Amino acid sequence: MGADKKTVLNAVHREMGARMVPFGGWDMPVHYGSQIDEHHAVRRDAGMFDVCHMTVVDLHGERVRDFLRYLLANDVNKLQTPGRALYSCMLNPEGGVIDDLITYYLADDHFRMVINAGTTEKDIAWLREQAPAFGVRVEPRFDLGMIAVQGPNAREKAGPLLPEGLREAAAALKPFHAATDGEWFVGRTGYTGEDGYEIVLPEAQTEALWRALAQAGVRPCGLGARDTLRLEAGMNLYGQDMDETVSPLAAGLAWTVAMNDERDFIGRSALEAQKAAGGIPRFVGVLLEGRGVLRGHQKLFDGEREVGEITSGGFSPTLERSIGFARIAADAGEALTVEIRGKQLPLRVVKLPFVRHGKAQIEI
Amino acid sequence: MSNIPSDYRYTKTHEWVRDEGDGVVAVGVSDHAQELLGDLVFVELPEVGAELSAGEDCAVVESVKAASDVYCPVAGEVVEINEALVDAPETINSDPYDAGWMFKLKVADQSEVEGLMDASAYTEHCENEEH
Repeated sequence: MGADKKTVLNAVHREMGARMVPFGGWDMPVHYGSQIDEHHAVRRDAGMFDVCHMTVVDLHGERVRDFLRYLLANDVNKLQTPGRALYSCMLNPEGGVIDDLITYYLADDHFRMVINAGTTEKDIAWLREQAPAFGVRVEPRFDLGMIAVQGPNAREKAGPLLPEGLREAAAALKPFHAATDGEWFVGRTGYTGEDGYEIVLPEAQTEALWRALAQAGVRPCGLGARDTLRLEAGMNLYGQDMDETVSPLAAGLAWTVAMNDERDFIGRSALEAQKAAGGIPRFVGVLLEGRGVLRGHQKLFDGEREVGEITSGGFSPTLERSIGFARIAADAGEALTVEIRGKQLPLRVVKLPFVRHGKAQIEI
Repeated sequence: MSNIPSDYRYTKTHEWVRDEGDGVVAVGVSDHAQELLGDLVFVELPEVGAELSAGEDCAVVESVKAASDVYCPVAGEVVEINEALVDAPETINSDPYDAGWMFKLKVADQSEVEGLMDASAYTEHCENEEH
């Protein structure tokens, strides 16, 4: 895949010593020297990520809430005060995941979504196919930049750099809430398992904020650290842990599917059929007991029987062990092995997440 | 530009070879290779006594990003391995040409060593790969 698309921060990354790699058609920083040091900076202090490649989509219309209740597997009726955010999957009629995203309730006729970079085109096409029936206008905001500032000291370091009119509201934000001031938008959300902000702002002001954050001691971090942080935090990655052929029920995302009431949403009947049929694969955290590194698509065995595969794997800098997610048969046991370069190595099935707020959640 | 010592020999697959005297060479991966791989977290070494042929995959280095095979630069018998790397694979990142050596070979045919790239040829090889 080519990497012709560049975020507004591309030149700044190069200036700051980034190694650039192609990612979903974008030319993005993978690290600025050491991925492991960047990972630790986020766990212990503060780091920042260029997430301008992700897409903000504004949805306008009187019936936007009804639209989203039909479109998403999670129920936006959980959002009752403006500024609240909800994580959800957007499903196809077969119950596969088109994308996972965050939706913010801004006003009764205005919701905002943040969608993945690699899925942007198909997501917008899907939204535009479904929206007219509800009179909803779909407005992708390619004019906005986005920086994620994450870590125990992230909010303290980023706070003073926000526009004056936003500082107080941002400081008062509870987790999974957002505040706005003009085109600036600050959510207390993230993809690392640490506290922090995701800041949306006009593209023209993005570089100045990035530089100011660096001045304030926030470490630039690449996609490499972003991946190990989200893996430790037990957060799924679209395209690896689930895609259009995978049910959220088989991707550890049953908690995001609201189907206790009668609400009709796209994919519901397929999920009901899966539940009725039973045998839905389990999605689990796994820890490699010995040396080696887990990677996506490595096969898992329960004795002689192949029971599934690793969906995401890598090295956990916090635990100094290899960790991963795996999708395994519903009736697989707990004593599994993984095949790495022809050898069977013992794995431990563990409860997710591996790490939260800087602390290991499992015993090594 | 990465560091390329002038008295070493190199392969296209980014291993280096250093003459240790008495027909023995040390083998490791180049600075360019460790830079491309990123932080290393795992190393698998060949066994002492193994008879290796040139081009055979004989070791693995894994970084936070990816696993990569290490190919034996010349035929020979493994006479020593750098066990310290097993607990500290990051040594290859910090000191690829010295403390980061991976294994030593008793070379079967010295002319194979002469046939490897010298520093200037390897420098050119790396530059070409980047374009």
